[in-house]
Formats: sequence, C-alpha cells, structure tokens
Amino acid sequence: MERNVINRTHGPDAPHGEFHRVGQRARKVDAIGKATGQAIYTDDIQLPGMLHAKTLRSPHPHARIRSIDTSAAEALPGVHGVITGKDMPTKYGVIPWTPDENALAVDKVRFVGDEVAAVAAVDEDTANRALRLIEVDYEVLESYLDPHKSLQQHDPVIHEGNKHGNVSKHVRLEFGEVDAALEAAPHVVEDDYFFHGTAHAPIEPHCAVAQSGHDGVITLWSSTQIPHYVHRALARVLEIPAHRIRVIQPHLGGAFGGKSDPFFFEFCAAKLAMLTGRPVKFLLTREETFYTHRGRHPMEMHFTTGCDDDGKLTAVDSKILIDGGSYSSFGLVTTYYAGQLLCGPSHFPTYRFDSTRVYTNKPPCGPKRGHGSVQPRFALEIQLDRLATKLGIDPLEMRRRNFQGAFARTVNGMTVTSNGFMECLDAIEQASGWKDKRGKLPFGRGIGAAGSMYISGTNYAVYPNDMPQAGILVKLDRSGLAMVYTGTSDIGQGSSSVMATLVAEELGLRMDQVRVVAADTDLTPVDLGAYSSRITLMAGNAAVDAGRKLRFKLQEAVGEKLGVPAKQVMLADGFAFDSQDGDKRITSQEAFELAEAKFETLAATGSYNTPERGGDYRGGTIGASPAYSFTAHCAEVEIDVETGEITVPKLWIAHDCGRAISPVQVEGQIEGSTYMGVAELQMEDHDVYTDPAHPEAGLHRRPSLLEYTIPTSLDTPELEAMIVESLDPEGPYGAKEAGEGPLHGSLPAVANAIYDALGVWMTHLPFTPGKVLEALREQGVGGGAARAGGASAGEAGASGTGASGAGGGGSGASGTGASGTRGGGGGASGSAPDVAAIRARLAGKRDKPEGDA
Amino acid sequence: MLRLPSFEYTAPDSVDDVLALLAHNPRARLVAGGTDLVPNLKHGIEEAEVVVSLRNVPGLRDVTERADGGLDLGAMLTLEEVAEHPLVQAKYPSLSQAAGVVAGPHHRRMGTLGGNVCLNTRCVYINQTYFWRESLGFCLKKDGELCHVVKGGKRCVAAASNDTATVLMTLGADLAFASRDRGERRLPITDFYVRDGVYNKDMQSDDLLTAVSLPAPAPGLHGAYGKLRPRNSIDFPRLSVAVAFTLRGAGGGGDSGGDSGGSSGGDSGGGSGSGSGGGSADSGDSSNGGADSGGSGSGGTVHDLRVVVSALAAVPQLMRNVTELAEGRVADEELFAEVAAACAKQCHPLTSIDGDPTYRREMVPVYVRRTLRAALAEGQSAV
Ligand SMILES: Cc1cc2nc3c(=O)[nH]c(=O)nc-3n(C[C@H](O)[C@H](O)[C@H](O)COP(=O)(O)OP(=O)(O)OC[C@H]3O[C@@H](n4cnc5c(N)ncnc54)[C@H](O)[C@@H]3O)c2cc1C
Ligand code: SF4
Repeated sequence: MERNVINRTHGPDAPHGEFHRVGQRARKVDAIGKATGQAIYTDDIQLPGMLHAKTLRSPHPHARIRSIDTSAAEALPGVHGVITGKDMPTKYGVIPWTPDENALAVDKVRFVGDEVAAVAAVDEDTANRALRLIEVDYEVLESYLDPHKSLQQHDPVIHEGNKHGNVSKHVRLEFGEVDAALEAAPHVVEDDYFFHGTAHAPIEPHCAVAQSGHDGVITLWSSTQIPHYVHRALARVLEIPAHRIRVIQPHLGGAFGGKSDPFFFEFCAAKLAMLTGRPVKFLLTREETFYTHRGRHPMEMHFTTGCDDDGKLTAVDSKILIDGGSYSSFGLVTTYYAGQLLCGPSHFPTYRFDSTRVYTNKPPCGPKRGHGSVQPRFALEIQLDRLATKLGIDPLEMRRRNFQGAFARTVNGMTVTSNGFMECLDAIEQASGWKDKRGKLPFGRGIGAAGSMYISGTNYAVYPNDMPQAGILVKLDRSGLAMVYTGTSDIGQGSSSVMATLVAEELGLRMDQVRVVAADTDLTPVDLGAYSSRITLMAGNAAVDAGRKLRFKLQEAVGEKLGVPAKQVMLADGFAFDSQDGDKRITSQEAFELAEAKFETLAATGSYNTPERGGDYRGGTIGASPAYSFTAHCAEVEIDVETGEITVPKLWIAHDCGRAISPVQVEGQIEGSTYMGVAELQMEDHDVYTDPAHPEAGLHRRPSLLEYTIPTSLDTPELEAMIVESLDPEGPYGAKEAGEGPLHGSLPAVANAIYDALGVWMTHLPFTPGKVLEALREQGVGGGAARAGGASAGEAGASGTGASGAGGGGSGASGTGASGTRGGGGGASGSAPDVAAIRARLAGKRDKPEGDA
Repeated sequence: MLRLPSFEYTAPDSVDDVLALLAHNPRARLVAGGTDLVPNLKHGIEEAEVVVSLRNVPGLRDVTERADGGLDLGAMLTLEEVAEHPLVQAKYPSLSQAAGVVAGPHHRRMGTLGGNVCLNTRCVYINQTYFWRESLGFCLKKDGELCHVVKGGKRCVAAASNDTATVLMTLGADLAFASRDRGERRLPITDFYVRDGVYNKDMQSDDLLTAVSLPAPAPGLHGAYGKLRPRNSIDFPRLSVAVAFTLRGAGGGGDSGGDSGGSSGGDSGGGSGSGSGGGSADSGDSSNGGADSGGSGSGGTVHDLRVVVSALAAVPQLMRNVTELAEGRVADEELFAEVAAACAKQCHPLTSIDGDPTYRREMVPVYVRRTLRAALAEGQSAV
C-alpha cells in the first residue's frame, strides 16, 4: 500500500504576526506539583488489596536452568503467586527483528541479575522471604565478559539459534572510495578510542502497578518512557488482545533512555495481577536498576581521518566493537547509529564504518541520551583537533572550513535542513574568550572545543507501519478550557509543557487555559514516545496541526460575530479580536461557545509523519531525521598535574534548536546534557568484574549510588547555555531537538582542552586522575610517583619529582627550586623532567604544525 | 528500596538503662545516627535482635572544656556540631576539618562522633546487598570463608574509613567507655583499633563509648586533614591523612598560606561554596600556582610530628619514624618531601577500596605533603 504521508508542517512563523506563548520563559506545567510533592509517581499508587512483587535473579553470568522448584515459596503464608519463565514463554524485543528476551528466563540465564522467577505477596518482606525458598538448579556455562572473546568464540553461544553466534549485529557501510581517499590524503590521523559503559541513574527506580479489572481489562501504570511499545509487548507476551490493555505513565522521575524497553517487571506485574486477581506493585531497588540497565554501550573504536593541506576532510574510516551485554534491546539501532549519526556538521566526501555489536554476559546495554553516537562523536571530534594541530589550524577554524552548510546532503544520504552550527561556533568563541585563551593559558590549564549534530526524531519507526508517528487530540470546552490529549511521555524533559505552549499559541490562550492529559493509552492518541528526541518536532507538529484546525473554526465563528473576515480575527492572550480594531473583542471562552454553536462539539486531531528521508540502501532510514540539531561546546579545564585531577571550571555550549519553544527548558536540557557528558567523562563507570578466574566475575562493580558516582553540585562545572535559532522549515514554528544533542560535544571538548593544557591526547574514557598521570608520564611530564618503580626507592625519589613537575609547570621559579634540591638527592630522580624543555616543546607544538605539514 | 530486617527497637533515657540492655543481650546493637548501622543491617552485614538508640540519653552531647585546656566531646555530638563548634575550631582545627568532610551534609547532621569512631570497616566485596554477596560466594568478614582482596588471606583487611579517627590519633585522644560489668574505662585511641577487618575495635558488645577526650593543645600545635575522594562530597575516603606537630620559633605572623578560608564545614557550608573551593582551590594552588605556601619562610621548627594514614586496612596507620625524622627540623618543603617519602614506603593501599590501588599509593606522598603544608599554613578547610 502506498503510504499516505501525513507530513503537515506549518513553517516557522507565528500564527498571528508575533509569538505570545512561544519563547516565553514560562514555568513548566507540572513544576509546582513536583516541587510540592503533589505529583503522583508510580510508586505513590496504592490500591486496595495490593500485593508486592519481587524477582529472583541469577547469581551466575551464564548458566542453563535445569529445574526450578517453587513449591516451598508457594506454600509460604502471605504468598499469592509465583511465576517463572514457563508462564510467559513468548519472546519479545523492543525492536521486532530481534526478539531475544523473555519476561523471565526460560531455560538460560545470561548475566548476574537476570530474572528467573517472580513472587507476589502481601508485602515486600514476605515476597523476599519466598524468593529464598525457590530452588534453582543451574548448570554453569562458560561466560563471555570480554567482547573480543564473543567475537571469536561461539560455543557455548549466549543466544541459541542466533545465526551469527555471539555477534548481535554487524553493519558495514561505505560511501565513496575511502581507501583511495586515505591513500591520497597528505595528512592522516589514526587512533584507538575507548568509551566505557555508563548507566542512566535516574532518581526514580523503575516501578509498575498492574490491575486486572473485572471487565477483563489489564491496567498497567508504569515508569516507562514509551507506553505504546509496552502496550504492544504486553499484548504479545500476555497473549491477550491489545484493546484489553491500558498503559498509563504517571509522573516520571527521570529516564534518559533507561525506561524505553518493555521490561520484565511490567510483564510480571500484569501476569501476577491476572493470576491473583489483586493489584500488584513491582518496585525495583537501586541495585536492580543497574541490572535492568540498557545504559550506554562500551565501544572500542578505531578511527582514521584524512584531510588535505587546507584541513579539508577527505575521508573518515571507523571500526567499532560494541559490547552489547546479554540482550539486543535497541542494539540493532545502536549499531547503525554508531556510524550513521556522524556525518555533520563537518562534511567529508568519503566515509566507511564497520560496527559490530556482540553479546556478552553482562547487564544489557541500550539507549542512553545521545544513543549510539556519543561514543564515536568523542573519537571523531578528537581526530579533528589532532588534524588541526598537525596543520597548525585553529580548531574552530578547522570546523568552519569543513562546515557542511544548511540544506545539505550528507555523505550517507541524510538531508540536513536548517543548520546554525556556524552561529554556535561564533557564540562559544566569543563567550569563552577563545582567542585569548587557546594555546595561551599556563601549563595545566587549557581550552578546547567540539561540534556535533543529533536527530530530531527518527524516520525509522521501530516497527514498520504506515500510520502517523505522532497523533494528538485537542478538545475545546465551553468553560474556556483547551484539553490536549497526547500520547507523549513527559519524563522530566518538559514535553507536556511544550504541547501546552504550542496549543496555547495556536489558539491564543493563556497557559492556565490549557491542560494536558498525557501517556494513557485509553485516553490519548498513539505517539511513539520519548526517545530519539522526537517529541517536540513530531508531536509538536501534530499539536500545531490540531490547534490550527480549531483556530480556523474559531476565527470563522468570531469573524461572523464581529462582522469581519475570518482572516482578520486574531487570537491572543485569552481573547479573540479584530486585528484592525482591538476594541472589537471577546474572550476565548465566548469564542469557543460561538464556534461550538456554529459547528459542533469542538475537537480536532492532529498528526505527523516524517517526510521521505534517508539513503537508498539497507539501513538508510536509520539515522534519517526530519531535521538535525547542532551544537558547539567549549570547555575550559584545570589539571592538577600532581594528582591528575581534572577540574572543569566552565563550559560554554551553544545549541541550535531551530526555535526555542521554551527557552528555559532548552537551557535546562543543554545544561543537563552537558552535566551528564562531563560526568561520564570524569567519573561514571558502569563496570563489571571481568576476570573469569575470580568468583566476582560477572558481578557489577558498583550497583549503588554511593559507589556509582554521579557528580554532586560541588563537582559540576559552571555551564553557560546559549541558544541559536535557525528556524527549521520542518519543525513546529521552526523547532528542532534540544534534549540529547548537547551531550555529545561535552566529552571531546574536555579531551581537546586537556590537550591544550598538557599536550597529551587522552583517548580512553573515563578520564580518571590515574589515567591523567599515566598520560603525563608517557609524555615525560612528572606527576605523582613513578608507576614503574614499584620499589620503595622509586617512590621516595619520585615523590620529589612530583613536586617538581607540579611546581615547575606552574609558575616556574618557586617550585623548581624545591625540585632541584630533591632531584639532586633522590636515587630515582632520573625521572625528574626538564620542565623548561617540556614547556618549550609544548609551546612549539601549539604554535607550529606537528611536523609533517 | 532495600528492606530493613525486623528487630526490636528501644530508646532508653539513661546511660544505666543502655548498659543494662547491652549487658543483658549480646545481640543488642547501639544506634546513634544510624548512617552506618542502617545500611549495614539492610545489607545483612550486621545483625541485631534489639537496636538500642542513644538519642534520648542525656549527657552524651556535651562539649566540656577541662581545667587543663583539653576538651571532652560527647559521643552523641553530631559531626556537624563537631565541625562547627568554636572550641573545636580554635583548639583542633584538623578535627573540625575531618568532621566537616565526612559523607554529605545530611549524613553529618545525623551521624555522630561516636558512630564515626566506631564505624564498621569497609570493602568493595562486603558493602553490597545480600544477593550480590551471595552471588560472589560471600567472604570471611561475613557468611563466607575466603578473602577476595588478599587471595588466600586468613585475615580480613577491610579498611578503616572513618575520617575523624585519623585525626584523633594524631591528637592523642582518649576514648571513654562505660559498661555495666566493667565500669568505666579509658583507652588511648591509638590502642583502640586492631588488625582485623571483621571487627577492628577493642570494645565489647556491652561497651558504650561515652566521650572522646582530647588533651590540651600544646603551644604551637599545627594540624590538618587530607582526604582523597572521587567527589567533593558524600564519598568515603580513598585515602585519609592527618598530621599534627608543634611548631617552635616561627617568625612572626607570616606563615599563613593563601588559603581561601572557607568555612570549616567543608561542603556543609550549604550556600557558601567556599568549603569545596577550599579543597580544589588549595590543590590548584599547590600544583599550578607556584607551590610556595609551605616555604614562605616561617622558619619554625617541627616537634612531635605525628602522621596517620587511613583507608588502607583495618587500622588507621600511625606512620613510623617520621617523628624522629622531623624532630627539630625547619618546616619546609624539603622536610615535607622527606616525610612524605617515608610515609609512602609504609602504605600499601589494597583493592578493598574502589579506585586503582596503584594510584592511591602514588597519592600517599602527595597528600602527606599537602596536608603538612596545610597544617603549616593553618588553613581552614581539609585538603
Ligand atoms: C552515603 C554515605 C557516605 C558516608 N561517607 C562517610 C565518609 O566520607 N567518612 C566517614 O567517616 N563516614 C562516612 N559515612 C559513614 C557514617 O555516616 C559516619 O561514619 C557517621 O559518623 C556514623 O555515625 P552514626 O552516628 O550515624 O553511626 P551509627 O550508624 O549509629 O553507628 C555506627 C556504629 O557505631 C556504633 N556506635 C555508635 N555510637 C556508639 C557509642 N556511643 N558507643 C558504642 N558504639 C556506638 C553502632 O553500634 C554502630 O556499630 C557515610 C555513610 C553514608 C551512608
Ligand atoms: S577484605 Fe574484603 S573480601 Fe576480604 S574478608 Fe574483608 S571484607 Fe571480605
């Protein structure tokens, strides 16, 4: 069937000459409720007779389940239901092509923490006691904790029946003649980069409450960011028709991608509610959220980039190994995104990426803010700086020279519309004082930049269908209220506020005249949910679409009343009036009444689907978006060369979001994204013990918020968010995304600043203080004690060197004096660096090309 | 949320009742602020039949200045109170610094000095949930036989991680205990900790720590606290360093380094922000901006130097030989570097604490040196 593309976009202009709501620094619609504690989160829900569910988890990274005996658990007083994988054997997966998950393990467990059984009991303590009575007989299998092993060895296989052994997905795409271009390039950089894994760490642990109604309807309240996919998956796994399932997303305490998959606890809550006839709550502990995971994939990346003598890029070549953990989740998309989302804002005429995602026996990775592209972006933006340094080109100038331009086609066939990247570069350059700082700060301090792009939603709907990606319903009430029914998920990013603002703008209402009902599959039209930064553009267009249909009716009815042409009627700030004569006016409520009398009960739907986009090849729509956002980051760093501690006193971020529907929210997203990126760079580390010889193998190293460190306010840089508005033709009033793009550049900007500070390229995340010292040592700059020494003599001497490296690098004279004394005495003082020489060398490196130019 | 196991709870209102309850039931546990005990109960590392709260017991929250100039600090003083008490700040700034950088502001408002002194040891293999520890196969500190830090080791080396203990050892504090059967008893804190991570304290289950008793500060006493941690708040020390010495013959008032003088409350300063500034600005100064803070020619000589390093194993380690090394020498960078080197030889960080042990080992001399500098400069915030 030919797809009837519903791509109603209305251009960047205000509906009535100037904007009244859009662009205002308004409060979020749910702000007061959240601040006062009125907002209801899933765990706040208490229903009569409600049971509490808990899950039994695998203690082994990889094992076959021989048998499960639940009889003792079932016999425990207070226990109402016990289920295992047998009760829900249908496999599912958020991506329909890779259904490799079961609600509960059916015959195998694939990571420490994999879910094996679930119990519903009168309270959590009873449920926990029952879990201990369940006996599972495991046959422990050899496990895969190193992605290289999964690449090479396929027996035992983690997923039986997988065509490619332990490889979860492989994508290789080539655009143009990469090898030839690299061969011909006068300047080439080639390096390995590593991105460790990170978790989302939302403040609210996952939770679901299920009720099986007397009418045969299953209602599930869940802390999901995509009710629609949960709805579909529930129907599949519970094997009941979708129309008998209702999914509601209450207020959500953060998600960041970690609540995008349908999860075991949702199926189990529903199943247990069906079996027991009582409502069931399933709340995860903090530890369990680290097992549920779906966090950012660890990636080993080999990047080669070439350019000509002017710094114009000629080729980019990457090979990426992705550690996927135990299940697919969104991994198919991740594997594409790792290559597809790099082709801007810098243009390169040839490009190849070869990315392989493998299964390992670790918690499953998935989408995290900036899905798939944060890792390779880190590599690419460092390579740009490497080339710029080689050629003696200022890093900002390097990016200007390679700018792809607006309304461009990328090498991989994506269509770029508006593009404010150059304005972003100008903004960070000016705000940061770049010209006075780059290459001019004292040793240990530096400044660096990076650029990036990101999608505003994806053309690739997770399951293929011809229906709209976003739908909305707006109903006008005689009371003067506009009700907006939207399937979008406000996960704290403020999407409900955006919907309210757009409808208020279109209908000329104040914010108190609009209310939003969101994310309730019984009440709200289907929307694909909060992922890939799609809501503002897609559901936003649908909201404008619905609003505009109603506006025409209001204008017509009011025009008739005022005796002026409909077109002359303006709607603003709660009134409808004659644009030629402001005294001729009535209230919005009166306007609604007139229109309802003239037409019928007032409601309108709005829809949006993506325009045809993307490359004409397999996977060509993955990464295709109606519009792309662009960001430039600039970071300043201070490094304590004695301890290796990196302090980022300030970051400047300029982000092109098309149009800021709500500037405060855009700034909030810029700040939140950048905070998160720097956190991943410096401290967050979702890590699993990997030495198979030890009993801790496969265990998560730090499944708690004490040890999984996320920065406190005291560890957070000052963030200066700047908005660039490129007014995109595709977005609602010109808007594009702001929720994920501004994460990407934060990491390479800091890495590039570290180069400016120390003259070393750091490529392997996270940048712990120990790694900084190691990098300095490789560079021959002192700092701390010599690692190689080991013997105490080495340390004794080196402690002196530490002082010298530090002091000497700083202001010179005073510190070096101390080092001189110590250096003369210490046995191992041969390692004392010639500070003056190093500084001279670095100064030379900064000012002059690296040599081969 | 993790569930607390069930236990009986009682909050008596006299010391005698507390002592009687403890003597009566060896499985009774004291709770002060609960910031250590509660997580440990949730993790199943500790068990209790009866939890005896000290919150209603009078007399355990006093700060008493003795006639000799020393201070007695009640065990139930909160860490926030200790950090901010003017007498503590005046007499033992290093104690104020250490108390001010324990955990985060909320913990310091709940957590007590007594609880800090009695803090359980910590290890990455033990401070985990029951599920996690069971998946590991447990360890010999609780429920198991093996140590995963020292493979084949027969002794638990979980780390003393209490910030104030490190300082109290440099200050020569005494601990005052009471028990029904043994009456009152005093013990120098240097004898209190024993080399066993399973239980690292010379204390019986029926002992109540009533007070920490500090000797009068010697004239010219200088002290400071240094703490290596991943974040500027909340985190336990990955290295804990305290120094104390008396300085004689210092020339004039010129010995203050340019510390930012943040509130001693560390990051507790709420809005002030200067607490954290103290930490990072301080390190920034010493590395980047001319490391001259220590060398500004006070000319004074060092006496009775004590350096204690903790977060290594079960006992906060009093550094050997440094007192002799430093005795009577001029307090300058050269001396500090020598002391730092001597300490580095004695410290062997283990994998019981998160973070690369090699790095932590490298940081021993750095932190010793910086803490000595800070002591000389009489700064207000911890290093
Ligand atoms: C997130 C987090 C971070 C932390 N970070 C740090 C840190 O950086 N540095 C640090 O030192 N600590 C830290 N702690 C631990 C703790 O907060 C402090 O050590 C605090 O001082 C403990 O005091 P409390 O009163 O809460 O102790 P409680 O938990 O009440 O007691 C601790 C132990 O001492 C015993 N006890 C308490 N009072 C007495 C008494 N008077 N006589 C005999 N026994 C007694 C208890 O029985 C128990 O065994 C942290 C805790 C958390 C949760
Ligand atoms: S050091 Fe750690 S692993 Fe070893 S016994 Fe003690 S707590 Fe257990």
